[in-house]
Amino acid sequence: MPLVLDIVTPEKKFFSGQVENVYLPGTEGELGILPGHVPLVTGINPGELRYLADGKVEELAIGAGFVEVTQEKVTVLTDLAVTDAEIDEARVEEAMKRAEEALSKIDHSENAEEVATLQAAIGKSMAQLKLKRKRRQI
Amino acid sequence: MANLRDIRRRIKSVKNTSQITKAMQLVAAAKMKKAQDQAIAGRDYADRLNQVLVNLKDNISEDDHALLKQPGGGKELMLVVSTDKGLCGGLNTNLLKKVRAGMAEDADVVTVGRKLRMSLGKLGHNIVSDWEVGDPTPFAEAKSIGAYLTDQFLGGGYSAVKVAFTNFETTLTQTPWIQQLLPVEASSLAEKRAYEGMGGDAEVEKTRKDDGMLRDYIFEPGPDGVLEALLPLYLNYQVYQMILEARASEHSSRMVAMKAATDNAEQMIKDLTLEYNKVRQAAITSELLEITTAMKAME
Repeated sequence: MPLVLDIVTPEKKFFSGQVENVYLPGTEGELGILPGHVPLVTGINPGELRYLADGKVEELAIGAGFVEVTQEKVTVLTDLAVTDAEIDEARVEEAMKRAEEALSKIDHSENAEEVATLQAAIGKSMAQLKLKRKRRQI
Repeated sequence: MANLRDIRRRIKSVKNTSQITKAMQLVAAAKMKKAQDQAIAGRDYADRLNQVLVNLKDNISEDDHALLKQPGGGKELMLVVSTDKGLCGGLNTNLLKKVRAGMAEDADVVTVGRKLRMSLGKLGHNIVSDWEVGDPTPFAEAKSIGAYLTDQFLGGGYSAVKVAFTNFETTLTQTPWIQQLLPVEASSLAEKRAYEGMGGDAEVEKTRKDDGMLRDYIFEPGPDGVLEALLPLYLNYQVYQMILEARASEHSSRMVAMKAATDNAEQMIKDLTLEYNKVRQAAITSELLEITTAMKAME
């Protein structure tokens, strides 16, 4: 039974195609999805998504979002999806620094929404850096 | 026949107008490209979000979340997304017509965009709040509008929240559209898919049949937790997408209107120049005639 993976971000449909398995960072822990998985809806944390297609493992950094799993289809809705090659380490680091600085400046009790936004931005940057650095070590 | 100086003056003024419309056309064309790309790129995501929710709706009861429940009675609240500036053809007029036809008499209005705020204010509708969004619109601004509407729905005693905006189809066609935002209903979700031109109702039925075989979803960490996070995201994103559609429509419509204006001005300059030359020739002919007559008389 084939498994179709769709990764959609607000900017574009990032990926759509048949895969053999998908690993993604759910809010409740990492999920491994094979064809025939029980229908499931859950949130995803910023992190690393892996899928096996045509015998090759592809790795992506993804942002927070949702995943809907049915027996033959996995739909990932996220605000960010980038491959290793697309990540510019220096820029991501800078963005993360900026977000951290902004986070240390604002009043945490008053701007709950702002804090959440910045934390999300930091999480996204971390996910990208992690993927990039992991590749280098190998 | 008009005299030479008048015609010259008119040609000059039409030329000036055409320069302005030409400049506006170019600006609108540049913005249009960006706005269209943004609107179209966002559709996939909005559509998927929709699909997930449609599938979910079949598996949860209405009582699971306050945003899905139909509250009793109360007025309607309508968000009207118009433009800040005019000179964009019949865009705002058409939207106003649609709004007046589709809105209850006593409905309260929330506006984005100056144009329809003024018209609706004049018509005596109760405008409860007004928002200004940048161009291009950042998601954060749409998010605060979405949050405001949600708050109003939950605490303001409204029976439904609807959005009126102009849906972008092609550069030449934009359709005014009214869409129910809250409470989230399967029927309005289906409509939503139809207007996005992603296959329409037929495809909704199909997805239902394919996926909806009494599928019991597992929610992690639980239906409440998932809905709590998914619904606000869905609402905010809907508002965002609708504003994007409205923006794309605005710039397309303005581009087309300004192109028509420029073309008209050019045609008019051509006609006036022809007229000018005719008058000039007539003047020369009559002058020559006078001179020859005078010469003949002197001989």
